[in-house]
Amino acid sequence: MAEHKVTGHRILLRHRDIPEIGKFEVYTAQGGFDTFKKVVTTMQPADVKKLVLDSGLRGRGGAGFPTGRKWMFVDDNNWPHYLVVNADESEPGTFKDREIMERNPWQFLEGIMCSAFAIGANEIYIYLRGEFWQLAHELDRQIGRLRKEKLLGEKLFGSDYSLNIFTHLGAGAYICGEETALLNSLEGVLGQPRLRPPFPPAVGLYDKPTVVNNVETLANVALILEKGADWYRSFGTTESAGTKVFSLSGRVNKPGNYELPLGATYRELIYEYGGGIIDNKKIKGIMSAGASSAVIIANDEALDTPMAYESVPKLGADLGSASVIILDETVDMRWLINKTIHFFNHESCGKCTPCREGNYWMRHLTERIWHGQSDQSDVILLDNVAKNMQGKCLCALGEFSTMAVVSSIERFPEDFKA
Amino acid sequence: MNQLHEKYAKEIAEILAKYPADRKRSAVMPLIYLAQRDGNYITKQEMSEIGEILEITTTEVASIVGFYTLYHDKPGGKYRIQVCTDMPCALRGAEEFLVNLCENVGVKVGETSEDGLFSIEAVMCLAACDKAPMFQVQSDDGIEYHENQTVEDTRALIDGWKKKEG
Amino acid sequence: MAEQVKEKMVTLTIDDVEVTVPEGTLVVDAAKMVDIDIPVFCYHPKMDPVGMCRMCLVDVGFPMRDRETGQPILDEDSKQAIQFGRTLVTGCTQVVSEGMVVIGYSDKVKKARSDILEMFLTSHPLDCPICDKGGECPLQNLTMSHGPGESRFLFDEKKHNEKHVPLGELIYLDRERCIHCARCTRFQDEIVDDPVIGFYNRGRSLEITTWSEPGFDSYWSGNTTDICPVGALTTADFRFRARPWEMLASASICTQCAVGCNLTLNTRREAKSDGRLVVKRVMPRQNEQVNELWICDKGRFNYHYAAADDRLTSPLVRKDGKFEAVSWEEALDLVAEKFKAAGTSLVTLAGGQLSNEDYFNLGQLSGHLGGKSALYSGMMGGSLTAKLGIGLDSNLADLGAGDAILVAASDLEEEAPLYWLRVKQAAERGAALIVANPRRTKTDRYASLKLRYGYGQEAAVVMALISAISPKQPNLSEDVKSLAKDAAVKETAQVLAEANNLVVFFGSEGTGLAQSEALAKACANLLTATGHTGRPNNGLIGVWDRGNVQGAWDMGLQPSPSLFEDLKAAKAAYVVSADPAGDDPALKMALVKAEFVVVQELHHTATMELADVVLPAQSFIEREGSATNGERRVQRYYPAVTPVPGTKPDYAITAEIGVRLGKQLESLSAGMVFTQVVGKFADYADLDYQALAEVQDQWPIIGREDLYYGGTGYANKQGLGVQLNTAAGRGEPVPLEIFDLPEIKVDGLLAVPVTSLYDQGNSMRYAAVMFPRIAATHVVMNPTDADGFGEHVGVTLNGFDAQVDLMLDEKVPPGVVLVPRSFGLPISGPTPITIKK
Ligand SMILES: Cc1cc2nc3c(=O)[nH]c(=O)nc-3n(C[C@H](O)[C@H](O)[C@H](O)COP(=O)(O)O)c2cc1C
Ligand code: SF4
Ligand code: FES
Repeated sequence: MAEHKVTGHRILLRHRDIPEIGKFEVYTAQGGFDTFKKVVTTMQPADVKKLVLDSGLRGRGGAGFPTGRKWMFVDDNNWPHYLVVNADESEPGTFKDREIMERNPWQFLEGIMCSAFAIGANEIYIYLRGEFWQLAHELDRQIGRLRKEKLLGEKLFGSDYSLNIFTHLGAGAYICGEETALLNSLEGVLGQPRLRPPFPPAVGLYDKPTVVNNVETLANVALILEKGADWYRSFGTTESAGTKVFSLSGRVNKPGNYELPLGATYRELIYEYGGGIIDNKKIKGIMSAGASSAVIIANDEALDTPMAYESVPKLGADLGSASVIILDETVDMRWLINKTIHFFNHESCGKCTPCREGNYWMRHLTERIWHGQSDQSDVILLDNVAKNMQGKCLCALGEFSTMAVVSSIERFPEDFKA
Repeated sequence: MNQLHEKYAKEIAEILAKYPADRKRSAVMPLIYLAQRDGNYITKQEMSEIGEILEITTTEVASIVGFYTLYHDKPGGKYRIQVCTDMPCALRGAEEFLVNLCENVGVKVGETSEDGLFSIEAVMCLAACDKAPMFQVQSDDGIEYHENQTVEDTRALIDGWKKKEG
Repeated sequence: MAEQVKEKMVTLTIDDVEVTVPEGTLVVDAAKMVDIDIPVFCYHPKMDPVGMCRMCLVDVGFPMRDRETGQPILDEDSKQAIQFGRTLVTGCTQVVSEGMVVIGYSDKVKKARSDILEMFLTSHPLDCPICDKGGECPLQNLTMSHGPGESRFLFDEKKHNEKHVPLGELIYLDRERCIHCARCTRFQDEIVDDPVIGFYNRGRSLEITTWSEPGFDSYWSGNTTDICPVGALTTADFRFRARPWEMLASASICTQCAVGCNLTLNTRREAKSDGRLVVKRVMPRQNEQVNELWICDKGRFNYHYAAADDRLTSPLVRKDGKFEAVSWEEALDLVAEKFKAAGTSLVTLAGGQLSNEDYFNLGQLSGHLGGKSALYSGMMGGSLTAKLGIGLDSNLADLGAGDAILVAASDLEEEAPLYWLRVKQAAERGAALIVANPRRTKTDRYASLKLRYGYGQEAAVVMALISAISPKQPNLSEDVKSLAKDAAVKETAQVLAEANNLVVFFGSEGTGLAQSEALAKACANLLTATGHTGRPNNGLIGVWDRGNVQGAWDMGLQPSPSLFEDLKAAKAAYVVSADPAGDDPALKMALVKAEFVVVQELHHTATMELADVVLPAQSFIEREGSATNGERRVQRYYPAVTPVPGTKPDYAITAEIGVRLGKQLESLSAGMVFTQVVGKFADYADLDYQALAEVQDQWPIIGREDLYYGGTGYANKQGLGVQLNTAAGRGEPVPLEIFDLPEIKVDGLLAVPVTSLYDQGNSMRYAAVMFPRIAATHVVMNPTDADGFGEHVGVTLNGFDAQVDLMLDEKVPPGVVLVPRSFGLPISGPTPITIKK
């Protein structure tokens, strides 16, 4: 059995090491789909789940929930089960899933196929943001190829296991990345979040037990199953195993995706890989998880902080989906929050009051504040409105919308002195 | 007569086959895309035809149309140029790009060129933040990304359409 | 036997009050049970919680236990330690648990409520002084009690939206006032399955819209205005007409269909009506055993017929071919004289929406003279429902898993909307719903089994069910035997036989009197054969064509199969609250032949055109009385407005005629007549008029103080009515009915009568808001039969020709033409029809 080649620490962005890996033949030539076959023909779902749990893999969609643990919540007294792949990738600053699916598609597909087997799902829906139209068509072709190769379909490899994959396109709504809104959208009803609990592993798609995982999360799975939990744990930190694709954007010289072991520092990412700040300006802030994140003051302490689930919170932020947006001294925080609020006000689904009304209100305030039409009292009011929203929204979007606002006012007060 | 069904019987059957038979409603989003394929927007008539196919009301279909930004209930440009001006792209010059582009082609943001060929919209993050300035073009042929753009690149693209559409 | 499932109870504390409630109860409901208010907007006790508005935030704590030992952890005072969450939770989505502590009075919670209200008010127009909801508005009330004193939002940054959007002809929307609680859309979707309104756009741009044709056109639309917690949804007939605090509330009953929904009539004195009381609107009155909190639009808007300007105000006597207004004395003397002369040739015909007291007096008068009396109804079976009707203490809301409901020959939503709703809900709770109907109807959506049969075979199908259960039935026709072999029939029979409880509804889809009689008997036999009699939630319900048909049967009136001949031969015809001439040209011909016609009515009808004497009666809003619904619940209605001058209640008119003929009848009050009813009819013997006005606690708690919770519908303070016992319930033996199945032999097209909720009958057409909602006279057929026909066709039916609209519907079986009742076409049962271009 051939083995997947891994050069250095790149697991997900292997196309950078094996340029032709996007071709089916190239992928299979170095062991592609052997793992899937092995899993289906020789393993029990429970063993697969256990292995993934042991690997320490955590969700890459933002919340960092242990993937194996989520799988174990799937209700085995209620069938069928579904695997839904979250390829909605709409957080401003996030562009990793797209690269994985475009450039390393077979590894992604093999990952989701192994994962489906683990949770006993015979159907996988890949929910892609509508803008990934071309990508979806490419995936459809690739799924067709898999069917032709008898890697998908009924009774695979003579086992009892059948598997099909379908793509489903969203149509431009950030909220549909939230897993329950995504499920509603997929069911053809309004893409607004559901109440939780029940969580999808209990009641998900079509009221059936469902696992929703991020693209990047699942793209790891085939290699983890092939090379083992210990191998995966050899990357990263104890609490944050493995590697992570960091989407680096903003005021850096070389924006892009960089796959690094979890625990690498911001300084490494920004200066070693990202080529430093444009025009050698002074770095001012870091948004660690896209527009949803609190803004970190980019001092030395922050720059030397390891990028891992356990360490970023010490800076008053989260690792999240690791979409790192760099702000330099040219960025006015009033401008920044006006931009983020513009986004959240546009994307609020409108279901719950604080998010719907609060963002509308904040939008007016940040507009006035950015355009210099207000005094300090508006800043105080803005801070207050944002804080009044916190802890009261139905889903995390509302909470996200307040993060940049509250942290900017608190951490960059000089920007708000008129 | 369900004209949508007449026109796209095969596609509709393929779309419906993706979802459990008693969950046809899931097909509402792909069917709206299908309806938009002709003219880049959906009419009320088409919404009610989708409703008929999926056994839901026209209002239920309309609700879905109204919720998403890629669905349009009114005609716009044949090609919709959707420039990302969200924060990460804006940090890399997207806003200036948009201003310059509009100036260059003489169409304001949110408006459609006189010949109805294209409109320019400012949109939220398109997951291409490292390749700003960038935009996507939504047309009858689907959605296409154009990254690391200059005004000249875009201008050339528009001129290409002009030629193509005669 | 009905299984008494013992509910598991849970004890918790809410604002320091200990409360014990069934497992699964939501915190907001538990609070309501002990009279603690947790404010809500989106939550409604009849709908699943959605947790959208966030108004109900409370602090919730759970008893702490040691992870290892499971032992309770105690605090310094050796009391159970409570762990509160980091954030507040929505009480509307939080299910109670043992030992839970809920706090709604802390500063944290108070601030949260105030914060949420401030958010709401950022986009609200605050136009309370001109808002119809002002005075009964949950947003207004909750802002007063929980809101911030002032808004920090800049008023000129408010979002402006359209203010007078007609969503349909009956409902207007003010988009500025909408708070996006989705109660209306969820009601239309979840409760009545008619999602013709929905959200459009998202975020702050979210708005309620309809894209359906023709708009928000639902039988249920009015209910959304009751549960809308602001003044966003208003009814076309009430908006800008009165303020809530100006109005009085008076209890009433809807008499339009067999359900008998409880109503509240809101009235006000008006100068333009000479200071008399006028009904301004009709609201639902809670009766959880009848209509819960809902009513259909016919019940809500149709009252206008009673309040219409063109009411009859004086007795009329035809002199030289023209009507002349005369005194009551003169009119009644004349009528008495003619009735006396007619003697046994007096024919009394009474409509189906009179009161029990009216029927009683009519029956007494007719009996005194030895005349014939007939109920103007197309259905039979009222004596069977008296024997095998649904048992005492029944409540359709108790039906669920393990129970079965058979709906036979009824388009239930058209014939009795609230029955449809309650049957749907029973099916959602797990009851097996079996629909036997020749064509698909909305009820089918919830059916677990569907039996299709040809029009005319309705009784045969039910007999086939019996024979599939107990094959050794004598005298079975070939038709029945072959139907009994059908797989669906067999499966259904099994389900029915095994059901814990069985309720059978029989309607009038496609039936005339002969078919109706056979169907009722077959259904009665089915209940007897399967042993579903004499118990709560078991028995027969007639989906009667008017509100008090059951009462009429109980008072001894029933439809006459020879009505045409009877009227034709009448020396005197006494037509009370019925418009046979308007409904059916054949009956019109018969009345033309009758020697002397007395019409007792509210309005100028086609039948009145043929009258010799017209007696102006009072409508249900002006007088009192009792009515008996399909579940044989006797309910009272009360005078809400001053009667139209010159009119009298029907029972009084009849009594005054009686007195002139030497028959002592009560004319002073309905209550006095009722006393006689109690004395005369065994089924009513246990009742007294006062008992009908008694109430009990109902859940959910609604009413004036709880507007934010259940809506503006009224709590019931004037009587839930009393259900009658049945022969089976008293343990009397009820033998199987032996009867012949009626046969229909038609070579060409078969016309069958069907019911539309909105018909052209003698009420709808006088209600100005409803009139435009009535379809033109039409017939419906299968497209395959309609080749070459245009939108209008000529029909020949029972010897009459008419021009009508043609509607096509693939749900109609080929070879059949649906002819709606009360649309001026002569249809009283299945009959041949010819159709020409
Ligand atoms: C507003 C909002 C947007 C989200 N968008 C995405 C997204 O675009 N992609 C994604 O994978 N997860 C997104 N999530 C997280 C998902 O809800 C979910 O946690 C994730 O798909 C789980 O996958 P994981 O366990 O593999 O991370 C979003 C969550 C919220 C609240
Ligand atoms: S916080 Fe509320 S309004 Fe905002 S996206 Fe979530 S549910 Fe929708
Ligand atoms: S969120 Fe609980 S009542 Fe609206």
